[in-house]
Amino acid sequence: MTAAIAWARRRASAAASWRRMRRDRLAMVALGVLLACVVMALIAPLVSDRADFNAINTGDNPTHASPTGQFVLGTDGLGRSMALQVMWGARVSLLVGFAATVLMIGIGTLIGLAAGFFGGWTDAVLMRITDWFMVIPFLPLAIVLAAVLERGLGTIVLVIGITSWPSTARLVRSQVLSVRERLYVDRARALGAGRLHLIGRHILPNVTPLILANTTLAVPIAILTETTLSFLGLGDPSEVSWGGLLERAGSSAVKEGYWWEYLPPGLGIVAVVLAFTIVGRALEEVLDPRLRER
Amino acid sequence: MRASYVIRKLIGAVSTLAFVAVFNFFLFRVVNRNPVDSMFRGRNLTREQLDELTRKFNLDGSKWDQFVAYVRQLLRGDLGLSFRGNRPVVDVIAEALWPTVLLVGTSTLLAMIGITIGYRAGWKRGSRGDTVSTSLSMLTYSMPEFFIGMVMLGIFAASLGWFPVGGLEDPGSTATGLEQLLDQFHHMVLPALVLAIAYVGEYMIVARSAMIETLREDYLQLARAKGMRDDEVRRKHAVPNARLPVVSLSAINFGFVFSGAIAVESIFSWPGLGQATYLAVRGPDLPVLQGLFLLMSATVILANLIADLLYGVLDPRVMGR
Repeated sequence: MTAAIAWARRRASAAASWRRMRRDRLAMVALGVLLACVVMALIAPLVSDRADFNAINTGDNPTHASPTGQFVLGTDGLGRSMALQVMWGARVSLLVGFAATVLMIGIGTLIGLAAGFFGGWTDAVLMRITDWFMVIPFLPLAIVLAAVLERGLGTIVLVIGITSWPSTARLVRSQVLSVRERLYVDRARALGAGRLHLIGRHILPNVTPLILANTTLAVPIAILTETTLSFLGLGDPSEVSWGGLLERAGSSAVKEGYWWEYLPPGLGIVAVVLAFTIVGRALEEVLDPRLRER
Repeated sequence: MRASYVIRKLIGAVSTLAFVAVFNFFLFRVVNRNPVDSMFRGRNLTREQLDELTRKFNLDGSKWDQFVAYVRQLLRGDLGLSFRGNRPVVDVIAEALWPTVLLVGTSTLLAMIGITIGYRAGWKRGSRGDTVSTSLSMLTYSMPEFFIGMVMLGIFAASLGWFPVGGLEDPGSTATGLEQLLDQFHHMVLPALVLAIAYVGEYMIVARSAMIETLREDYLQLARAKGMRDDEVRRKHAVPNARLPVVSLSAINFGFVFSGAIAVESIFSWPGLGQATYLAVRGPDLPVLQGLFLLMSATVILANLIADLLYGVLDPRVMGR
C-alpha cells in the first residue's frame, strides 16, 4: 500500500518536471536533435550492410566524389559513401559515449557514497585518491592509458571511465554528507536499520536526481574525449566513430578541399554535444529548485 | 600567509607528483609486459638482439630493480632513450618545448578577453549581449578544438590562401632575424586563433558567474546610493570582488601550457609537444610518451599549487579550512 502511494507520488512529480521542461523550447529542440541522432544510429544496419565499406565492393565507386549525383554526401578516398559512414559512425560515438558515462557515473557514485557514508579513514583515503585524479591532466592521462592498452572500443570506454569520475565522486559525497545528517535517517538508524537499508532506502533515492542531471552533462564529456582519442589514432580501427572519420580525413582532406569528408562527422559531434548540454542544463534547472529562481 | 597552509599544500603537490611517477612506472612496465617485443614485432630480430635492446631501455631485471633504476634515473633528470633514432627523451622534449609555449601562451593571453566579456555579461544578466555571448561560449565549448582547426584551415588557408597550411616557418626558408620572426608569426595566426576560440568560453563562463555572485551584495547598493554611475560601480566595486575565481582559473590554465594543444598542433603540423605526443602515440614511442606525460602532469600540479597559494593570499579565509 505505502509502496503504491510512493510510486504514484513519484510519477506525479516526474509528470510535473516534464511539464516544466516542455515550456523550455530550446531544450525541446535539443531533445529532438538527440532523438534524430539515436534513430539514425539505430537504423544504420537496416539501410546498409557493413560489407558496403569493403574494398571489394567499393572498387567501382568514384573516389573523393563531391556530394552531387549518386552519393548524397560524396565518397572518401576509397570510394566509400560518406553518408553511410556517418550513420555507422553515430552508432559508435553514441554507444561509447553512453557506455563510458555509465562507467564514470558508476565509479564516481560508488566512491562518493562510500566516502560520504562511512567517513573517517575511508573518506580520507578515497578523497586523497580523488584529489590525485582531479589534478593529473585528464587528456594526457587518457592518452597514455589508451596507448598502453590494446586498441578497442572497450579500452576507450574504460579509459574515459577511469579518468573522469572524480567530479561525480565529489558531488555525490557532498550530497551524501548533507542527507546523512537528516532526521529521518537518524530515526531509521534508531529503529535499528542496517547500513545497506540506510543507503538503499534513504540515502540513494535522495542523491539520484542529482546523479541524473550529472549524467546528462557527463555524456558530452565522454563523447568529446572519445572523439579526441580517436582523432589521435587511439580508437578501434574496425569500428569507426565520428572522431575516427575526422582522423581518416585528417589535414589532407582539408587541404584538398574535400569538405564533405570532415564537415558532416564534425557537425554531428557538435550537434550531439550541444544538445546534451542544453538538455542537461534544462534538466538541472527542473530538478534543482534552487536554480529555478536565478 | 599561515605556514601550516603552505606546508599542507606543498605536501599535497609533492605527493601527487610522486603518485604520477609511480603510476607512470606501473603503466609502462607492468600493464605493458614487454614493450620491446611489441615495439619491434615483425622486424625479424634475433633473441640476442631483443635482449640487447631490453638492456638498453633498462627493462631487464626484476620489477623492483627496474623501479629503483627508474627512480634513480628520474632524480638525475634522465628520462631514458627514445625508441626512435636512439636519442635521449629529454632532447626530443626540449626541442619541442618552445614552439608550444609560444603558441599556447599567445592563445591563452588572447582568450583572456573572455574575462572582460564575462564580467559585462554577468553585470547585465539577461540582456541581449549576455544571451549572445553565453550561447556562443556554449557553442565553442561543444566543439572539439581540432575540428575548429580543420574548419579554419579549410576556409582561411586552403580556400582563401591567406595563411600557410602548417608548420613553424616556410620550408627551406633562409630568412633570419625580423623576417624569420614575421614568417613564424604568419604561421602561428591560425592555430593561435583556434586555441583562443576554444579557451575563451571557459573564461567567459567563470567570469560571468563570479560577477553574478557579487550582484546581490549590499556594498553595490551602497555605491549606487552614493550616486555612482553604473559603469563605475561595476569597475570599482563589483569587478574587484569577482576577481578571485578568475585569477585562480588563469593560474590553473597556465599549467596546461604544455598539454593544451595536442590535437590542434597535429592539424597544423606545429612542431611542439602536441605533435611530439601525436608522433609518440603513432610510433608507439613509449619512453617519449612517458616523459611527456610526466612533464605535462608536473606543470599542471605546479600551476595548481600556485593557484592555491594565490587564493590564500587573496582570500585569507580559505587558509583556516
